[in-house]
Amino acid sequence: MSVLADLALALSGGDVEVVDLTHTLDPDFPVIVLPPEFGQCARFRMEEISAYDHRGPSWKWHDISMSEHTGTHFDAPSHWISGRNVPHGSVDEIPPSAFVGPVCVIDCSEGAAGDEDYELTPDVIEAWEARHGRIPEDAWVLMRTDWSKRTGAAYINLREDGAHSPGPTPAAIRLLVEERNIRGFGTETVGTDAGQGSHYDPPFPAHHTLHGAGKYGLQCLKGLDRLPPTGAVLMAAPLKIRNGTGSPLRVLALIEKDSA
Amino acid sequence: MSDPLSRPSKTNPQTPLRVPALPPEARSRAAMGLTAAAAEGRFALQHCAECGRVQYPPRDACHACLSVDLPWRDTDPVGTLLADTVVRASPNLYFRDRVPWRTGTVRLDAGPSIVVHVHGDCERGARVRLTSRLDRAGQGVLMALPMEETPNMADDPQLRELTADPKHRRILITDARQDTAPALARALLAAGAAEIMVGEAEGWRPWPGRERLAAMEGVTLLPLDVTDTASVETLAGEIGGKTDILINNARFVRPGGLLGGDPGFARQEMEVAYFGLMRLAQAFGPAMRARGSDGVRSAVAWVNILSAHALSSDPAYGTFSAANAAALSLSQTLRADLRPGGLRVLNVFAGPTEDDWHQAVPPPKVTGGAIARSVVEGLQDGLEEVWCGDVARDLRDRWRQNPKVLERELTGGAT
Repeated sequence: MSVLADLALALSGGDVEVVDLTHTLDPDFPVIVLPPEFGQCARFRMEEISAYDHRGPSWKWHDISMSEHTGTHFDAPSHWISGRNVPHGSVDEIPPSAFVGPVCVIDCSEGAAGDEDYELTPDVIEAWEARHGRIPEDAWVLMRTDWSKRTGAAYINLREDGAHSPGPTPAAIRLLVEERNIRGFGTETVGTDAGQGSHYDPPFPAHHTLHGAGKYGLQCLKGLDRLPPTGAVLMAAPLKIRNGTGSPLRVLALIEKDSA
Repeated sequence: MSDPLSRPSKTNPQTPLRVPALPPEARSRAAMGLTAAAAEGRFALQHCAECGRVQYPPRDACHACLSVDLPWRDTDPVGTLLADTVVRASPNLYFRDRVPWRTGTVRLDAGPSIVVHVHGDCERGARVRLTSRLDRAGQGVLMALPMEETPNMADDPQLRELTADPKHRRILITDARQDTAPALARALLAAGAAEIMVGEAEGWRPWPGRERLAAMEGVTLLPLDVTDTASVETLAGEIGGKTDILINNARFVRPGGLLGGDPGFARQEMEVAYFGLMRLAQAFGPAMRARGSDGVRSAVAWVNILSAHALSSDPAYGTFSAANAAALSLSQTLRADLRPGGLRVLNVFAGPTEDDWHQAVPPPKVTGGAIARSVVEGLQDGLEEVWCGDVARDLRDRWRQNPKVLERELTGGAT
């Protein structure tokens, strides 16, 4: 049998499961908050066009609006100034093969539970590799923190000195990009960078380094605790928006039964 | 003294709601001068420009010299209550529900004798002062009041019909994050409001002052984001039937003109000032309109807090001015739509406000406390327009004098 026929059989038989890693698009789901003089990320909004009524007797539909970076979303290289000249840097130009691929999940949930500014460091990555093997080229790397189990104010965790949430150090993200040549990096928090990521050198190292090298970002993921450290396949295809710097999307993973 | 208004008991759920009724609405165009003056709390009558005689009732030609030049002027409101009577039966649906109703004749020192509504504390033959008020139909009427404040004077049932008094009423303030919110809550509670509900957008985003507002006795924070239709509809579904006064203090403002301005900020200004008002009106308006005759705590008023530059743009805040002009226009439609319920729509026009987004604007600037005082005064006097701060009043006067001159001055070139 062909590979795809095998896969179809495994999917229908339950040997391969489809896991949803996406938050529901909800007007009250937190978005990144920038200083108020900067432009802001639009919240998700939905307006009824008709609902089986005088505006359209037999059908119901909505207009929706949001930012490219609202909810569970994909960051393209052109999102960051470091990636502004990267070829195929916008979501409509990225080859579709980039949207399906292997994924490694680094479990930082224990550290993040005790330290809201928990850092993913090269040591953490190397310790993970000692147990699970070297991160393969062109893989997605997801930082599991279980942060997606928080809601509302605890999720965005804004204080007078800014947001506090876990993320990678500049050295960690350089290791992933320059030495492992990953495809992209994803988190459960509102950005690929830590809440206090503006205070690193460079500021926002994940955005700076990933997108400067033509890599992708995924954020506001949920349910990473259902993924195995290795062996899952991630499917993350952004909307095909002309010159789009990102897109809300449905992120799915294929896992082999009982592998998580 | 008037009998003090006691806090109403809970409504019997088996009693049908009283259908709103309005007092007689028809007026001549000349009589509308009385309404215009009452809308901003002034007592004005026609004065003949030729012979100086004061006119009542309003007319098109002077009763003494037939001159047709009869400008409305603020007039000494003091006179003597010559006679009074109490109406105990009326075929009019509005008065039928509200009898007994005291009326009388007052001879003004300024000349005319006028049939007016009479406050319960006025004594026959005594000196009284007339006040010009809007009735439930939104038309100007005159009422005689005692010369001096009497105990519980505002609780006189006839006077209460001519106000939108916050006493014993349940009030929704739409935006907790504004500087005006705590000041409004304090002022309204001091004025006897039964309950203050305050809308809070994006509870996930912390803001200073939240704990203090939430800890105030009689104040409840409820989720409400005027830029989100679902949020507005959800809250209206929960509290729409017990919102007696809605105060829309939601505001988004960023400095900046048109060229080089930020479309995102401009859109947000419109989302809050214009579409926010629209969403609130569509969600809360119908239930409020239906409760216009619901006893002591009937639905009674809708308040918008607008920039005085709704009249004429301040180019330094160009898109914000435009959004407020749109809101002002919509408030006029809202007034028409709420009129069958007898509700008052009060617009409080503020000059530049003392906040982060007016740092570069020189004083005088109005504080949240000043706006709150204007709102409470406007409700207690049943007004449709209040101008808060010297800048707002100056703009109003110049706009009334000559809108084109004001526009030219505001858009540069004034010395």
